[in-house]
Amino acid sequence: MSEYSTEELQNIFIMQGFSGISLFSVLLLMGLGLALIFGQMGVINMAHGEFMAMGAYTVYLCSNLTEQYAPAFGPYYFIASIFFAFIICALMGALVEWLLVRHLYHRPLDTLLATWGLSLIMQQGYRQIFGAREVSPTLPEWLMGSYSASDNVDIPINGIFVLCLSLVVTISLILFIFRSKFGLQLRATVQNRKMSGAVGINTAKVDRLAFALGCGIAGIAGAAFTTIGSTGPDSGSRYIVDAFLVVVAGGSASLLGCVASAFGIAQAQSILEFFLEGTKGKVATLLVIVVALMIRPQGLFPSKVRGN
Amino acid sequence: MNSSFVSSLFKTRGELIAFAAFAFILLFLLPLVLPVFRLNLVGKYLSFGFVAIGLVLLWGRCGVLSLGQGVFFGLGGYCMAAFLKLEASDPVTTAIQTTPGIPDFMDWNQITELPAIWKPFDSLTFTIFAIFVLPAFVAFIIGWALFQRRVGGVYFAIITQAIALIFSLGIDGNQGLTGGRNGITDLRTMLGWDIRSESAQQILYFVCVVLLFTVALGAKYIINTRLGRVLIAIRDREERVRFSGYNVAMIRAFVFAFAAMLSGLGGAMFVLQVGFMSPSIVGIVPSIELVIFTAVGGRLSVMGAILGCMVVNWGKSAFSEAYPDLWLYLMGGTFIAVVMFFPNGLAGLFEKFPYFKEKATWLLTKIRAGKVAAKQTTNSPITDEN
Repeated sequence: MSEYSTEELQNIFIMQGFSGISLFSVLLLMGLGLALIFGQMGVINMAHGEFMAMGAYTVYLCSNLTEQYAPAFGPYYFIASIFFAFIICALMGALVEWLLVRHLYHRPLDTLLATWGLSLIMQQGYRQIFGAREVSPTLPEWLMGSYSASDNVDIPINGIFVLCLSLVVTISLILFIFRSKFGLQLRATVQNRKMSGAVGINTAKVDRLAFALGCGIAGIAGAAFTTIGSTGPDSGSRYIVDAFLVVVAGGSASLLGCVASAFGIAQAQSILEFFLEGTKGKVATLLVIVVALMIRPQGLFPSKVRGN
Repeated sequence: MNSSFVSSLFKTRGELIAFAAFAFILLFLLPLVLPVFRLNLVGKYLSFGFVAIGLVLLWGRCGVLSLGQGVFFGLGGYCMAAFLKLEASDPVTTAIQTTPGIPDFMDWNQITELPAIWKPFDSLTFTIFAIFVLPAFVAFIIGWALFQRRVGGVYFAIITQAIALIFSLGIDGNQGLTGGRNGITDLRTMLGWDIRSESAQQILYFVCVVLLFTVALGAKYIINTRLGRVLIAIRDREERVRFSGYNVAMIRAFVFAFAAMLSGLGGAMFVLQVGFMSPSIVGIVPSIELVIFTAVGGRLSVMGAILGCMVVNWGKSAFSEAYPDLWLYLMGGTFIAVVMFFPNGLAGLFEKFPYFKEKATWLLTKIRAGKVAAKQTTNSPITDEN
């Protein structure tokens, strides 16, 4: 790093830090959904990346429809399409839970495999419906461009928007879990499923809602993703391992841990990518996480609830 | 071999007959009816069988799902490929290069001297040693670190998957050292013996089958020993085994290392028969595919796992040629169906056969008596394996 001056280094860190923020936002949204489902049912949804892609494709469809039928709505459609992405993915998630996941609760490893089969089917579905080429929605004007903080530092506006979006989602989710009646039922089920059932909580319904909510948040992640990259059939699967590691490294089901580990992983990747060529930045980050998990498998913020 | 030894390997007569029939088909029937090209393909499928046997012990018997078996398959394969590549790049053949005597991809990447890590692969003895020891050693370190901290289940699956990603990205990114995305290609001879000739491919096929059956018998032997029963106990009641004084972490790490060793052997057989090695066969997707083969064949059965490798791969090549668009639907659908309805795979169906027969005869007598109740079906309940 000696060939860079201190000021250059500072600028590089700021710029890469902001590009890392977009990645952080996507990883955070992916991780929140996964953590919710994992914490609730001890199940890992391997098709989570495909739900993200589904959200991204929803935004793409909305963009096309707006251009064709209501061009005047152009500047605002993006906000509406985020809601659509959430709702469509949540409905699909509820369907998947009902058809597939609820039959496998006692076999978490098999759920992992079954949802991987589902992800194969979903990917091939995207390939046939939308084609193998990557697509991008037409983003509204106000998302384009960047804000110049100083002569050498440009902060892209879409990055700021995505960051705000993910913060809003995170805070709403935390409020929802810790302040709503459903959140109370959810936490009760996580702590003691049998007892919750005994006091009259419909645990099957809580499971379905939690799964749907997790998938819906993946849909929002997809919508956020469209502002920083183009969507292809395998876009989701490219983020899935990172998202798993966010959940595992954060400590299972800890939302705070999820935020912290998503931030750490995204920033490390983004800054290392600048200094190391090609995929080495990513390899280095993943390697550090895996080694850290070998030493401290409970993650950053382990849950205080006793297992089983 | 006395009869008690045979009966310790095969619990039922049906199992022994199935094993013998399987061996007959692979050793006599297929070599007789298939052209060498197809036989070589079968050999390639069977090289995945080594991994599948490892997964039967690790996942089916011990309840540890590894989504990173491709890594060990790759380690074995790359060791073999390194030896073959060094032999293929002698100074005379590679005289055209800037630096003759080093593998071509190194020359393309402006490397002028053979890296130190490649040097020992000059010797076949060392290569064979490395094929067995390297994957087992790596797996033991990973396994010991994780199992000792009581990481299992879904966590272990995710961490091994991340390791598979790291491994494939790492190979991809170090082009000068590993051949990068293109892999190590153009492998020709082993100690002067041309492995690309038809006779060599036939011989390698038989070597592969014989090794595979040796390994399969070994795995069956392990399953029927005390260790095999401890494995099942760990899968079903981990805490209880721990309280009984067994070192659960050590046993799991051992099985993981053993499965990795088998995977490495499979990788070496793969390279010998296919003639190249690339990161596309070690990453996340191939690692999960290896689990699919095992699941379809039957995660509890050694023979079933080998059958699974053949059936799924054969289906893949037959079906994806005819309907490339539909293959992934079929594969995903099959996988979901197997996991949900037939957790014991093809072997489970085979073992259920007497049960089906009994049910069918019972139903027939009922029908003859004209007393069939509306709700009775021949479906058997699926026993839950976790």
